[in-house]
Amino acid sequence: MDFLQISLVLVVLLILAIPMGRYLALAFSLTTTRLDRVFGGVENVIYKISGIRVADMTWKQYAAGVLMSNIAMVAIAYLLLRLQGFLPGNPNNIGAMEPLLSFNTAVSFLTNTNLQHYSGESGLSYLSQMMVIIFLMFTTPATGIAVAMAFMRGLTGQRSIGNFYVDLIRSHTRVLIPLAMIVTLLLVSQGVPQTMEPTATATTISGTEQQIARGPVASLVSIKHLGTNGGGFFGVNSSHPFENPTPLSNVIEILSMFLIPASLPFVFGFMAKSRKQGWVIFGAMGMMFLAFLITAYTAEVNGNPALERAGLSQLMGSMEGKEVRFGIAQSALFTAVTTAATTGTVNNMHDTLTPLGGLVPLGEMMLNSVFGGDGVGTVNILMYAILAVFLAGLMVGRTPEFLGRKIEGREMKLIAIAILVHPLIILAPTAIALATEMGTAGISNPGFHGISQVLYEFTSSAANNGSGFEGLGDNTPFWNISTGLVMLFGRYVSIIAMLAVAGSLIAKTPVPETLGTLRTDNSVFLMILIATVVIVGALTFLPVLALGPIAEWLTIR
Amino acid sequence: MLLANLRLSLVLLLICGLAYPLAMTGIAQIVMPAQASGSLIVDEAGKVVGSELIGQTFTDSKYFSGRISSIDNNAAGSGSNNYAPSNPALIERTQKDLAAFLEANPGVKQEEIPADLLTNSASGLDPHISPEAAAIQVERIAKARNLDPAKLSALIEENTDGRSLGVFGEPRVNVLKLNLALDQLK
Repeated sequence: MDFLQISLVLVVLLILAIPMGRYLALAFSLTTTRLDRVFGGVENVIYKISGIRVADMTWKQYAAGVLMSNIAMVAIAYLLLRLQGFLPGNPNNIGAMEPLLSFNTAVSFLTNTNLQHYSGESGLSYLSQMMVIIFLMFTTPATGIAVAMAFMRGLTGQRSIGNFYVDLIRSHTRVLIPLAMIVTLLLVSQGVPQTMEPTATATTISGTEQQIARGPVASLVSIKHLGTNGGGFFGVNSSHPFENPTPLSNVIEILSMFLIPASLPFVFGFMAKSRKQGWVIFGAMGMMFLAFLITAYTAEVNGNPALERAGLSQLMGSMEGKEVRFGIAQSALFTAVTTAATTGTVNNMHDTLTPLGGLVPLGEMMLNSVFGGDGVGTVNILMYAILAVFLAGLMVGRTPEFLGRKIEGREMKLIAIAILVHPLIILAPTAIALATEMGTAGISNPGFHGISQVLYEFTSSAANNGSGFEGLGDNTPFWNISTGLVMLFGRYVSIIAMLAVAGSLIAKTPVPETLGTLRTDNSVFLMILIATVVIVGALTFLPVLALGPIAEWLTIR
Repeated sequence: MLLANLRLSLVLLLICGLAYPLAMTGIAQIVMPAQASGSLIVDEAGKVVGSELIGQTFTDSKYFSGRISSIDNNAAGSGSNNYAPSNPALIERTQKDLAAFLEANPGVKQEEIPADLLTNSASGLDPHISPEAAAIQVERIAKARNLDPAKLSALIEENTDGRSLGVFGEPRVNVLKLNLALDQLK
């Protein structure tokens, strides 16, 4: 039954992702399409009241648009968090968020990370949940999708890389808002609340009083997944029965967060006028994903040997930190998907995963290109594809070309920067945190697992994932500032570098394909691509993984 | 340029941060008011006794007990201790709970206790236990209430939810609903 329910979800995903890819390619086309008749009216109104010009942009204009709009958004978010105590929409009377935590929260949601050093029930008013959290949950994946479209246009040599504001608005009107409305209502049908009423009070049959926090939950949870955001309405995220009440809502949430990342490779195939090219990219990510999923499932279903020795049967698998309605299969699948799509929503506590089970989310975030978040994940795997072309080209003595464009020094320098920044902003702060009192003070689990807690926090920040080994006491100035900076670098360095690569490639004259060209649309290239990702990742991160999860595994197995 | 971006952001703020959630609240409240308000359970007197989705703590031996909650099922918040699998505190808690459970349920052998019953859920608010975890408490409750164990087993079966669509998730028993039904049993 476990095998059946996991594979069924993946099959449904594939059935949805291919038409979604075709739709996205149409929705973001640079030429006039029939979709303009449906959405054009609304979009023109938005362009007019926001004062947007829709002309094609250079990569520098595009990157400036990304940065300036994001600065405006983070400023609004920060102000609203600081002022929430004075604003309406606050039936539970929650006060202002303190400055450093507001900085961390605003940055976290701006960068599509959704790391949460607060708990939603007690830390945010309903108005903040809507006007800070839901607002950024739409605009940040929209920014990511826009960047991916621009990057893919550059790689495939379209007319131009497009206009950032047009792409940003279209992501809202044509993709995220319609989908979010459908998913919200599906979730309410499963029992996710959507109300402006304050916390409910119940008198239990044991005679005690129970306070039950609720709110406009469903409208947040839908976009949380569709936008690969991941920040929960409640502290425990999608393991809370109000955020994820049934196995069916669990499946809806998994499909929602995987849909856009899984369909973007097909968009690439359509744009490159080579479906096989799309399938090679999808296939490489799919095979890595399956390897991670199988590892997570196997580790969790075998239970915790330490509890077995203590006398508690582990026939049901490792149930500490998991919910009965999901069991092992739906929990392991959710964990593998949320860290592949770098959503960061959780339906079980990753801190309580068995050592090798916990290695899976860490590994996926370290590679940062197993599907990845809306837009940026696709950009990452394509960046690795260019690197793979370059390496393979050097090895067999062929000119490195990707889709008819020569890969030269300038592109490789930019890609090298983007690839090296990721491990740097994980490993350097991890080392600092482990060497100092302000870092180690937050560790809640003794032994090797404590190293994993610190490592996970920075990996999650750098990959803009946002899940955590949540035992870590992370609402301190040290963690708020350090993870805030890591999230910013993790998001914008690679976005700017890759837009520059797109701008540089689109300006090149295409070279005709010859017998000497390395083919990038066959299974040989698929294997080269996987090897490139895995070798770069393994060389960088194996030592630190040996100190954390692997050492913990050896102590309790 | 920053001013133009501010204008655009404010437009998106009003659409995504205000119009969308309020419209959704309106529609949800009209179409599915019970679910949209938190699936609250109301007794005959009209008093709220809980939510069918939120777990409650039952310590009385006459009731089925649910999973461990380090926050004592306080639904104003949510959370757990986040014990790593190697944490000695986890082992200590489990050994203490095992001993207590065996003492309260004399007929039960240690290896029969299903793991969900003595582990902390992720949310600290899990409303469910596995059917096995309910079955293992039958003997104790039958004795405390002077009831036929077969009647209790039937009650568990009535209150067991199967997998969604027959495939997804795990079979489970809602502890609050089961205990409410138990009180109705004559």
